[in-house]
Amino acid sequence: MTEMQRMYYYFFRKRLAVFGLILVLTLLLIAIFAPLIAPNNPHAVSRDRFLSPGEQQQYPLGTDNLGRCVLSGMIYGARVSLFVGLAAALTATISGILVGAISGYFGGVVDAILMRITELFMTIPRFVLALIVVAFFGSGLDRLILVIGLLSWPGTARLVRSEFLSHRRHPYVESGRVSGMSHMRIIFGEILPNIIPPVIVVATLDVATAILLEASLGFFGLGDPNLRSWGGMLSRAQSHIRTAWWMSVFPGSAIALTVLGFNLIGDGLNEATNPRLQVESGTQ
Amino acid sequence: MASHASGSLGRYAFSRIVQAVPLLFGVIIVNFLLINVAPGDPVTALIGDFPAPEEYIQTIRQQYGLDQGIGTRLIRYVAQVLRGDLGFSFHYRVPVLELVTERLGRTLLLMVITIVYATAIGLVLGIAAARWKDSLLDKLAVGFATVGYSIPVFWSGQILILLFAVRLGWLPSSGMQSTRITYEGLARIGDMARHMILPILALSLRYIALTTRLTRSSLIETLNSDFVIAARARGIKPTRILWNHGLRAAATPIITIIGYHFTFIVAGSALVETVFAWPGVGRLMFESIGARDYPTLLGILLIVSLAVILVNLITDILYALFDPRITYD
Repeated sequence: MTEMQRMYYYFFRKRLAVFGLILVLTLLLIAIFAPLIAPNNPHAVSRDRFLSPGEQQQYPLGTDNLGRCVLSGMIYGARVSLFVGLAAALTATISGILVGAISGYFGGVVDAILMRITELFMTIPRFVLALIVVAFFGSGLDRLILVIGLLSWPGTARLVRSEFLSHRRHPYVESGRVSGMSHMRIIFGEILPNIIPPVIVVATLDVATAILLEASLGFFGLGDPNLRSWGGMLSRAQSHIRTAWWMSVFPGSAIALTVLGFNLIGDGLNEATNPRLQVESGTQ
Repeated sequence: MASHASGSLGRYAFSRIVQAVPLLFGVIIVNFLLINVAPGDPVTALIGDFPAPEEYIQTIRQQYGLDQGIGTRLIRYVAQVLRGDLGFSFHYRVPVLELVTERLGRTLLLMVITIVYATAIGLVLGIAAARWKDSLLDKLAVGFATVGYSIPVFWSGQILILLFAVRLGWLPSSGMQSTRITYEGLARIGDMARHMILPILALSLRYIALTTRLTRSSLIETLNSDFVIAARARGIKPTRILWNHGLRAAATPIITIIGYHFTFIVAGSALVETVFAWPGVGRLMFESIGARDYPTLLGILLIVSLAVILVNLITDILYALFDPRITYD
């Protein structure tokens, strides 16, 4: 069995991990087919403000302060959360691999400089920095993805670096070097494929963190103003907490379930790749 | 990390302090870059979105050398910050440093109590779960930790308000003290404590979860290690092994949590303060965004980053003190 196959094998033997996977796949389907599932236009304002759940059949989970359907907002919100979460985690993973690979493979001064920068990014509170950047440059979806992605790479970079450090003296790397392979080829063709499993673990947990960060920014009123997002819905719920509990309870559970799904997958993959290894990433 | 005799611990501490200096400059430079890449004029980032008097703008231009090259500007900015000048908040009409330090105490109050409380509970849960691994208790603790870890702090705050303030009416939902009645002396402290219960519960959930997870996994790992197996073979009681090795071993992940996750507690408290209208730095951040008060935002970033450097420094030194390698007599 290759390492990837072993990872799959152990992963699917973990009930909670499979539950997480089902949860995430269901949410993905909801996000993709949002227009078919949502009972109402998520942006449609109506006169039926603050309807409680079930008060009118048309609005199963009630309406908000502008008379918009809570359920439809949640269904469309899944798109924002999952898209930002996945795209930001991908951005973080790619940047982390680049920084970590260069740092660990070349070592020396390059490594020293890159690791100082990594340390700096681990020191500055990501949420505060993201808040300021978004406040400066606006909170479109593309910007949210870039900001969250580009602030989340240090975990991956450190992991990839330490893997490269241990791989670079291996005979297979030496022989590649002797036979005249380019550095690029050795880094991406030879070493990288061997360290994919732990990178996937961190990337999965990064999705969970990115979703939480996006929701937190949304809660601070810095989500994409043209989209309904879970964080934004909770932000609005805050002002009406005494009158409309459903504005908070339902979108909040959506965030918690999604994050839980990715965390369960990440935990399962983590144990499947290496039962003794405890990856401490993905912590907001 | 190797163990340290008391003399070499001092040397280690010194070397860590020296290492923190470039980080300190790094943080200041990031702040400087933010001012310079801010859309429009850097003056906007330095003053905020306020109709400042023309002379003040001129003073700012001069002070920060905005008409000069980037090198000069950077040097001037660093000097400025090192002197403790973080600019002036036009929104609040006070110097930023004064504004942030005034609020910082209230945030630290929440954070310190949360860290102590969450660490204690997480430690107990984690030790119990590891001691009785695979028992019902272990499963419940792991389940709680996994769920608690996935709930956004601002939502757990809202749920607590719904339950304990709106539904049951037991506790206040916002602010730091009652506004209708002014308490004096002990009653005033009690009133404030009542206002703190819900924010601390909301904030601590995630850190209890995190501490439980890390304590449990590092304890299980320690209990499976060769030296514990050897100790068991020598007939030393499991409980004694747990207390001797276990607590030492648990000390390191806890210190790691307080150190590395301090930045996340900062984010958490910002959100919790917003939910509960707690007048600390987090709430200030929320208000500054609404008011486009950029100097305050940048000042908070700088001070909070410095706090993180300081906390990491302290925890690194503590970490060296608590080296898990111990001998039995």
